[in-house]
Amino acid sequence: MKPGNPSTRLWSFLSSIPKHIILIFFSVVALYPVYYMTVTAFKTRQGWLHDQFGLPIPFTFQNMIDAMNKGNIPLWFGNSLIVTIASLVASTIVSALAAFALTRFHFAGRSFFYNSMIGLMVIPPAVLILPLFVLMVNIGLINTLPSVIIIYSGLLIPFSVYLLVSFFRSLPGELFDAAAIDGCTNLDIFLRITMPLSTPALVTLIVVNALFVWNELFVALVFLQDESVKTLMPGLTLFKGHFTNNEPLIMAGSLIATIPMVLLYLFGQRLFVEGLVAGAVK
Amino acid sequence: MPKQPAVPKNRRKNKLEPYLYLAPATLFIIIVFVYPIIEIFHTSLLQNTASGIKTIGLTNYKLVVQDPVFLEALGNNGKLLISVPFMTVLALMVAILLFENTRGRILYRGIIFLPYILAIPVVGQTFVYLLGLNGILNTLLRDFGLGFLTIDWLGSATWVIPSISLVIIYREMGFGVVLFLARLMSLDKETLEAAAIDGANWWQKHLYVTLPQMSAVIEFFVVVELITMLSWVFSYVFTMTGGGPGFASTVMEFYIWEHAFAFRSPGIASALAVFLLLITSVLIVLQFRVRGRSLEEAE
Repeated sequence: MKPGNPSTRLWSFLSSIPKHIILIFFSVVALYPVYYMTVTAFKTRQGWLHDQFGLPIPFTFQNMIDAMNKGNIPLWFGNSLIVTIASLVASTIVSALAAFALTRFHFAGRSFFYNSMIGLMVIPPAVLILPLFVLMVNIGLINTLPSVIIIYSGLLIPFSVYLLVSFFRSLPGELFDAAAIDGCTNLDIFLRITMPLSTPALVTLIVVNALFVWNELFVALVFLQDESVKTLMPGLTLFKGHFTNNEPLIMAGSLIATIPMVLLYLFGQRLFVEGLVAGAVK
Repeated sequence: MPKQPAVPKNRRKNKLEPYLYLAPATLFIIIVFVYPIIEIFHTSLLQNTASGIKTIGLTNYKLVVQDPVFLEALGNNGKLLISVPFMTVLALMVAILLFENTRGRILYRGIIFLPYILAIPVVGQTFVYLLGLNGILNTLLRDFGLGFLTIDWLGSATWVIPSISLVIIYREMGFGVVLFLARLMSLDKETLEAAAIDGANWWQKHLYVTLPQMSAVIEFFVVVELITMLSWVFSYVFTMTGGGPGFASTVMEFYIWEHAFAFRSPGIASALAVFLLLITSVLIVLQFRVRGRSLEEAE
């Protein structure tokens, strides 16, 4: 078989058709729920009852407006932003410091700490939730954003340390030694060499972790019970309860909660892919 | 011998320095992991009574083991594990097709990965409609003349776990596709070409050449998904079924949460949590298989 042969090319085109059909099938399945959520959000209640699956005719923005006004969605949206940003800042700084120690120094307990990180990634939040609840009640943080910020930061640390260790290890050690000979302290090396050189890894890590925090329900549900401190995910379940019979309104709320991550995905698809693959590659 | 960088003087001077860098992370780990794990063992030995808290030994464990719902919840987690091989095979198939079809690869991958970035409560709520009595699945069945197959998928004790599995596969499969495709792209092209020259057909080529080279990443994905099925399915159950009908979709996480916060029995909740912790400990062994690489050997 010669690649230039026209009949071979025709054959390769024809033989790729079944493959494309399968791929299109999976793409349609992947997109369908998103399509359904989006079209429903712009239907009137009558329009939805009349036709669940078609395009939104008549088209209305009323659900989006109602979702912003009737529930507390703008407030929850803001809470989600605060919680996500604070958790990412805390967990990234703390994890980077730890990963730096693990790659820069040899010390007693180094392997123990690193192996603990790998093991802790497996522990389900359900195991931790009750003692943490009692703890947060006792220290007066229950129903406050800091309670979930502390918990999310903690939950993110094992994976973050793991990922950053593998990245820091790939940095050239000679650079650090040269800097040390020039009189840099280790803190200088961390701040001026390790961190700037790791920007791509840090951005990737932040994107992957942002996805986790923004979408998290279980912890937020338990620790943020007052309506005024809820984040979007537990907020949406409350919203759903208030408007049980108004499907388009519920889907509008879901759509608003989804938009930030979809935007992040559209602009940083490469980062998601790299982050998830980097976490997997040994 | 691993390569050892020259040890600068200031590193020898301060033996405490590495611990200072680890201190903040350690503090978080103690609050969020260590303290709660110790505490559930302690709480599992207690009982709240009208006259206060008293130690009752292993009674909570005895109650849990005799509780049919505990066994049902464990069984439901077990049934969810069955979806792991399905999603792995599907993801592998799609990844191989993407690998072979350069045309549109980025677009397909972008679309198929999309569900993974959606929040579980959002996915769950949407599927509540799609799998409902008049949802898209039943509508399609009716359109194809299979109306007798229509049921309330999430309301049937028999079908609720398979339906939830379907939703989990929907959301998690894209992750597998991305992982597998990345590995395929890094494969040595020569072996595939050699196989083609030797006259291997499509199945032979992938079965004997591609798959063996992918065993590490497949194993990784399987372990991550096994962990997911035991430790991260609360949100699916909470948003789609609330554990019902009856306890037909109650999983361990959900049952712990119910005992802790709805039934207000912290002793039972803690005993359940200890059981879940023991089960996940088995997964830690697998986790070390796929992620563990000691710091020394990597250097």
